[in-house]
Amino acid sequence: MREINVTQSLDKNKDFLQKLREESGQNPGQCFQCMKCTGGCPFQFTMDYPPSQIMRMLQDGLVDEVLNSFTIWTCATCATCTTRCPRDIDIAKLMDTLRVIAYHKGIYSKAKNMHVFHTTFMNSVKNHGRLYEIGLALGLNLGTGNLMQDTDVGLPMFLKGKISVLPHNIKGLNEVKKLYDYAKKIGE
Amino acid sequence: MKLAYYPGCSLSGSAKELDISIKAISGPLGLELVEVPDWNCCGASSAHSTGHFLSFALPARNMLKAEEAGCDEFTAPCPACYVRTFLAQREFNDNPEMKRHLENALGQKFDWQSDIKIKNVIEVFVDKIKPALVKNPLKGLKVVNYYGCALVKPPKTFGFFDDPENPQSLDRIMNTLGAESIEWPYKTECCSASLCFTNQDATWKVCRDILQMAKDSGAKAIVVACTLCQSNLDMRQSQVNKKYKTNFNIPVVYFTQLIGLAMGIPAEKLGFDKLFVDARPLLQSLNLI
Repeated sequence: MREINVTQSLDKNKDFLQKLREESGQNPGQCFQCMKCTGGCPFQFTMDYPPSQIMRMLQDGLVDEVLNSFTIWTCATCATCTTRCPRDIDIAKLMDTLRVIAYHKGIYSKAKNMHVFHTTFMNSVKNHGRLYEIGLALGLNLGTGNLMQDTDVGLPMFLKGKISVLPHNIKGLNEVKKLYDYAKKIGE
Repeated sequence: MKLAYYPGCSLSGSAKELDISIKAISGPLGLELVEVPDWNCCGASSAHSTGHFLSFALPARNMLKAEEAGCDEFTAPCPACYVRTFLAQREFNDNPEMKRHLENALGQKFDWQSDIKIKNVIEVFVDKIKPALVKNPLKGLKVVNYYGCALVKPPKTFGFFDDPENPQSLDRIMNTLGAESIEWPYKTECCSASLCFTNQDATWKVCRDILQMAKDSGAKAIVVACTLCQSNLDMRQSQVNKKYKTNFNIPVVYFTQLIGLAMGIPAEKLGFDKLFVDARPLLQSLNLI
């Protein structure tokens, strides 16, 4: 185990932690490590750090470690943690905010699938106003290299009329485009 | 009462049977559905993972379209869409900066508070299901009610009336319909829908656990209200069986399909043919269809 100088890391990341508190409306400093979040988290088994440890790391200013963790990407936002937290911290919201920050900083080395998925998804909505499932599946499989993913359910979905071959473009596509352009302009 | 109906991407695709069954039961229950004009995708779950503005603005556009259409209430049956729309309304009313961003982006002024009531799909129907409606009681149908996470958590944010750990509304509906609701511990477990394309090993594991618990509890079918839970447990049941060498064959049906059936609406009009795990053999064995 490596040694960490908490005073230094806290000092270095003071501004970031302030921004995190503002953006999420949550204060990780409230956590007293009761571990109810970790105990109830259905995805803890797939995380590199359990949620309670993420909270402790934020308290100690270990920002790089948190932003580089797989945890923030494999949190399913089920909010079981938020529901049970005796300190009223919306932990799922914190995870969401951390994910947004990591995405904007381009930190997703452990979460390539998630990055490809979210980017393809958002492009699909930008281009059509609604999700174009086949385009998403294709973009996802090509982007991740998992070419065969879900091909077993594709045909049955089509036969049941649950997936359409062509995209549906909404009439107000220009409005959606305005929203996207504005998001880009304000760096969101 | 005009109810704005936001099908979202899932009800016009993978959750077709929810769309079909809602439309089949709404008329007889006295609900006037008005589809949100020219609706757009709400952005869940990618928009809120990649930025703040779009995760607010995309559902806000739908909410405003519904208000323009003169609706008093709004329902997005997909819980992910419901959650995003609910939060968008709160931002619209309570976060002047976000509202200003939206005004700037669209070049319009919104100098009012949004008061359309955003309801989840259980809220829409729970008080309307009375014993007098039941023409075809679902006798002998043993089910577990699976609410999933998004409809009931976190309670302080959404103020949904039901208990976040042990909800009762679907149980109540099923009991009124004459089905037997079995108590089980996985009512609000997360099915991993938001990871179903990006971390499939995790998805299959939690789906296996939920299916196993349903089976062990003695249920012959799983009743759901959430589109994401339904598609994960139904469409991916064959993938779970392949991965874990199990042989689950448990139908995962929407509560609205069962409401319709109990009201005497023919199964053909309730989208039962759209399910991956066919529920009809079970319903036939109990003489319910």
